[in-house]
Amino acid sequence: MIEIHNIHKSFNDKKVLDGISGVFETGKTNLLLGASGTGKSVLLKCIVGLIKPDLGSVTFDGTYFTNNKLDIRQEIRRKIGMLFQSSALFDSMTVEENVMFPLKMLAKMPKDERMDRVNFCLKRVGLENANKKMPSELSGGMKKRVGIARAIAPDCTYLFCDEPNSGLDPLTALKIDGLIKEITEEYNITTIVVTHDMNSVIEIGDKIMFLYEGKKLWEGTRDNILDSDVPELNEFIFANRLMRDAKKVEEEESGSN
Amino acid sequence: MLQHFGKYLLFMSSLFSRTESPKILFNRTIDEAMLIGINSIFIVAIVSTFIGAVTCVQVAYNLNNAFIPRSTIGFMVREMTILELAPTITSIVLAGKVGSSIAGGLGTMQITEQVDALEVMGINSASYLVLPKLIAALLVFPLLVILAMFLSIGGGYVAGTVTDALTAQEYITGIRGDFVPYNITFALIKSFVFAFLISSISSFRGYYTSGGALEVGAASTTAVTNSVIAVLIADFVCAQLLL
Repeated sequence: MIEIHNIHKSFNDKKVLDGISGVFETGKTNLLLGASGTGKSVLLKCIVGLIKPDLGSVTFDGTYFTNNKLDIRQEIRRKIGMLFQSSALFDSMTVEENVMFPLKMLAKMPKDERMDRVNFCLKRVGLENANKKMPSELSGGMKKRVGIARAIAPDCTYLFCDEPNSGLDPLTALKIDGLIKEITEEYNITTIVVTHDMNSVIEIGDKIMFLYEGKKLWEGTRDNILDSDVPELNEFIFANRLMRDAKKVEEEESGSN
Repeated sequence: MLQHFGKYLLFMSSLFSRTESPKILFNRTIDEAMLIGINSIFIVAIVSTFIGAVTCVQVAYNLNNAFIPRSTIGFMVREMTILELAPTITSIVLAGKVGSSIAGGLGTMQITEQVDALEVMGINSASYLVLPKLIAALLVFPLLVILAMFLSIGGGYVAGTVTDALTAQEYITGIRGDFVPYNITFALIKSFVFAFLISSISSFRGYYTSGGALEVGAASTTAVTNSVIAVLIADFVCAQLLL
């Protein structure tokens, strides 16, 4: 479980995060939802420690992280897997070397065991025969899969995904969403996904936090998001005609009943 | 300016905190040394050979005097090569080649979040990425400078004899006369200083790149410009202090 408390962050005079608190539960896919420029990625980076918040704290399973001693933060970071928006694969390394990298650097295990783990992770994400390929030879979806395999390779406890669907076609996006959810449940890890994709909300949103202009405006699940009374959230959800039609049908059905 | 210098000093100090294990550092340093060294041999060889050749021809042109022995041409080629041309010109060429490559590589890693990926894994990205480049440059630059010395003097020999500016015997007499071994030490000290400046300045510029492809290009250009200026200033300071 990850808890954040009163996170504030400004860049120069621009306030990006304004006192955000919340709890991200273990074994669930927690979504940070919001339009572009609302501070979702900055919040994610504050949580993993890539950006230092001006104020506030982050706790991983009861262990204080934000301003704790370096060795304690390092210990927590070694349990973190992260899938970046651009996949962030090391482009001088093959797929196999990318997935093996955190094992080589962080885990003390024999070479054979490392290789077995790499093959297991690649198989888990459906990339059994891509070991020797370079990142430049992969499609966007395959890169995301390798990114997920690299994130889970060292047995991570926390998985962070920054817009895992960006740049993917709807079908591949659904597959990546499904993979993230399956891995979260299978390994009982705490997953936080940054997204602005309503498909992801409907597919994997066990718990959703809606951000608007750096503030948390709404928190709930995918089951009650369509019934929210927050105008900014409704404007975001029903910007899409398909969602408006779905809402209309739902209202007609409840009216006729 | 002062702010940049302060940031540079902090960056340099961050290289030595939370370093990776000696085995990883050794392997990364060997990889970087191969990249910096092997890939630069061709350009260093071409530049130094021609510089030696041109120096010989131009010195011969200026020493067209019956009272000055022709072997003086060989002597001057050797002195100019060892004291200035081999270490400084080689370093300026390497600033363009290696410096832009270091800054471009690190800048691209920064904007594609590869540096963030290292940090999230709990790895000190500055130390992991930059320290091996710095050590490799310190190891490889002096070797390239020694290679440049030999090739430059060789280039002078070929140019001098082919153009009949002097005989082979006169050239060899010239390059063997009044040899001061300290000059080699001086050249190697300069090559260490230049290696440090080029690799650290280029790494600093590349590591703090933000934005997109345009900024990576700008970082590479700035890295080369800053490195060349630093090399020229350091060249003067070394000459003042060590000669």
